[in-house]
Amino acid sequence: MKIIIAGDGKVGETLTRQLSAENCDLTIIDSNQRVLESSIERYDVIAVQGNCAAMDVLKQANIQEADLLIAVTNADEVNLLCCMTAHGLNPSIHTIARIRSPEYAEQIYSMRDLFALSLAVNPERQAATEIERLLRYPGFLKRDSFARGKVEIVELRVDETSRIKNKSLIELNSIVGCRVLVCAVLRDGRAITPSGSFILRENDRIFVTAPSNNLEILLKSLGILTKKVSRVLIVGGGRISYYLANQLEKSGISVSIIEKDRDRCVELANLLPSACIINGDASDQNVLNSEGIESCDTMISLTGLDELNILASLYADHHGVKQIITKLGRLENSTMLDALPLGSVICPRELCCSNIVRYVRAMRNQTGAALSVHSIADGHAEAMEFRADSATKHCGEPLKTLKLRRGVLIACIIHGRDFIIPNGESSFSVGDTLIIVTDNDNIIYQLNDIFE
Amino acid sequence: MNYKMVGRIIALILALEAAFMLPPAIICLCDGDMTAGFAFFLSIVAALLAAAPLGYIGRSANQRFYAREGFVCVAFGWLAMSLFGCLPFWISGVIPRFIDALFEIVSGFTTTGASILDFVGDQPRGILFWRSFSHWLGGMGILVFLLAVIPVSGRSDGFTMHLLRAESPGPNVGKLVPRMRETALILYLIYIGLTILDFLFLFFGGLSVFEAICIAFGTAGTGGFGLVNSSIAGYSPFIQNVCTVFMLLFGVNFTCYYLLLLRRIRAVVRDEELRFYFGTVLVSVALIAFNIRSLYPSFEETLRHAFFQVASIITTTGYSTADFDLWPSFSKAILLSLMLVGACAGSTGGGIKCARVLLLFKCLKRNVRLLLHPQRVQTIKVSGGAINERVLENTNAYLSAYVIIMVLSFIIISFDGFSPATNISAVFACFNNIGPGLESVGPTCSYAGYGALSKLVLIFDMLAGRLEIFPILMLLNPEAWKHK
Repeated sequence: MKIIIAGDGKVGETLTRQLSAENCDLTIIDSNQRVLESSIERYDVIAVQGNCAAMDVLKQANIQEADLLIAVTNADEVNLLCCMTAHGLNPSIHTIARIRSPEYAEQIYSMRDLFALSLAVNPERQAATEIERLLRYPGFLKRDSFARGKVEIVELRVDETSRIKNKSLIELNSIVGCRVLVCAVLRDGRAITPSGSFILRENDRIFVTAPSNNLEILLKSLGILTKKVSRVLIVGGGRISYYLANQLEKSGISVSIIEKDRDRCVELANLLPSACIINGDASDQNVLNSEGIESCDTMISLTGLDELNILASLYADHHGVKQIITKLGRLENSTMLDALPLGSVICPRELCCSNIVRYVRAMRNQTGAALSVHSIADGHAEAMEFRADSATKHCGEPLKTLKLRRGVLIACIIHGRDFIIPNGESSFSVGDTLIIVTDNDNIIYQLNDIFE
Repeated sequence: MNYKMVGRIIALILALEAAFMLPPAIICLCDGDMTAGFAFFLSIVAALLAAAPLGYIGRSANQRFYAREGFVCVAFGWLAMSLFGCLPFWISGVIPRFIDALFEIVSGFTTTGASILDFVGDQPRGILFWRSFSHWLGGMGILVFLLAVIPVSGRSDGFTMHLLRAESPGPNVGKLVPRMRETALILYLIYIGLTILDFLFLFFGGLSVFEAICIAFGTAGTGGFGLVNSSIAGYSPFIQNVCTVFMLLFGVNFTCYYLLLLRRIRAVVRDEELRFYFGTVLVSVALIAFNIRSLYPSFEETLRHAFFQVASIITTTGYSTADFDLWPSFSKAILLSLMLVGACAGSTGGGIKCARVLLLFKCLKRNVRLLLHPQRVQTIKVSGGAINERVLENTNAYLSAYVIIMVLSFIIISFDGFSPATNISAVFACFNNIGPGLESVGPTCSYAGYGALSKLVLIFDMLAGRLEIFPILMLLNPEAWKHK
């Protein structure tokens, strides 16, 4: 598939990495020759230097032959103009634009129709939605939902006081009291697909598949507090903070935002009348203390500096804040951060990219493609949702007779309204939805790829 | 340094070379020449034996591959290819001394065409075929071929770019299409297509299949090994004209052909390098034809010889239809200058390359202007596009290295007592991958008279010239070998 990526920034680069691994023909456009140079040397791509909204440049990038244009430059208007121009030159092209300005956020759907965009992504808003989901169940580090929200894969950390520390996975079900499946364990920066005799240790991060309505039971039985969040402290007043505060206000959670820039504070105070906006430097502990870091339920670090976010989260952990969420822009896959108590880590760029990659996969293979793809375990594993159809092999055969590829696991079978956490006797039939977890060595495009 | 990956790529190169030795081996067997056939057989076994352990070491190579690995791969790949490629000459006894055999095959792979054989016509056909075939392989580059046919790495990473950059000639190497494998494939398909066309013209011009293939290979790679001592002089005027046209065609940047296939004709017409190349050819032909008008009976013959010699020298092929050593000094001077200019970037020819000469002229112009207005800021443009300052720096560095190597080589080979004109033209002819020089190394003579040291220097020059100096210089830099 021929794809043009306009804008070789953080998101553009991540997309280049992921899509070139999926064997797409990539052309990158950027005005900065130097970043293009480094992309050419790292990935099998071709580059065009120039303004991506100019017809000349798009023609040079062979827009007439392209199947998809992804516009992710840092300016919304350029992205939109780029997609519109591309449509003019090639009416059959699919276009994806990144639109991040809050002024456009409300009109994003009408803009999508107006400008014939296939997809409009707003990484900051997505990140805010993700954070809000996490706030609903403090205790989970990350939640990925499947089958229209009916099944989730949640991430938990096994800490010192946990009831499941030093227990094997077979014992887990009796402790938890409902059927769940641990589909991956992240230990020392490596993802492991565990077997029944696998013993959990302190500091393991486990990924549990469970039906959404069992999440509460799971948390209660593990002794993790599920008191509803009522006070949130946000460090940094960027776009994510705005979106998040806006949504939290609606659900009646009290929000404080600490922001360094005075003008931005005034702006935020205008936009968010009921939130408490504090003009101060979050790296100053006095400010955090006086704003009651000890009494808040959740602290979220959302400044533009990864280092500052890490420091603020560490400080919050030191003061015993129960739920901590840290935004990282660049360092999200670094194993060295694993040992730090940063709580849930949110990376807007990864969220945005996986959204786009999902679209590409769906476009590439209309039949039999994954319905959704989530990257879990810090990108060391992927969870995908498939629907079994008449072309799927081995329907109706018990799983124990099937030979799956190494590192592939069937985490859940959704049969009508039933959720089956599979064992050797289980089987799937046509029309069922399957959730597959796989490590990064396998690239799976369709369901039949999971078999040997 | 990722030694495992380098080992793996070199193993692939050697395996490929072993496969390429099969056709000449078969020709030897068909001719009933058992000595040469056996020599080829032994060489194939040797190459495979060397490839096996390297491939075994490299099987678990990781993907860390940067510019220096690319340079080292190319430099070592070509050295290994030459060491094993010369074995058939040496084992069969056609060329009894190893250094001579090495000279001959390096001259072949680098598409130089400088020979140490005094009597070419008497050699076995398999050996002659291998000489010409080496031109064809070296012309477009063995690593480019490797990129086209074999998935070098499982995951499609960008490191292949470093290989293309290190092997392909020109200041500004880029891909034609997003995928490296397709780019390499397109380049080779154009190359093969043009070669077949050339073969057909030669074949219908009255040559035997064998002659047509060998001469087409020599023309395509802009090599210049002939099948007889008199090179192309003995063939009909039609054949000579076909060679002239195809030599010029193979000296054109292959990107132009790709653009033509895409029907982007305007981009080709506006290509400054192409204009410069053809302009230089036409002016040189006019000057030489006027200068040598009294030497030949008819105008047609004068023009034909002038055209052929100019095409042969500027594309760095090195075929000849006339002994230009007997021409007046002015014509010789023009030919010597053309040796330096060379063909277009991205072609199979050698030399400094038209693109670089163009850049150097423009740099010069800019520097003169800077003397008038010291604060002036100016970018350099070629065919409408601005050229990166880094490319300009590299071009200037290339020219410095070029001059230094040339002077040092000239001094060293002067020990052997030939005249300065012979020596300087020998260095010119080898470093720019042309072949014949003047006087004692002229079109009808050979390099057999030089001593072992001079031959080694010339071998170095040929490799440095073909690989554009830096990959070879890189091998001499100890920092490249440090383990990181």
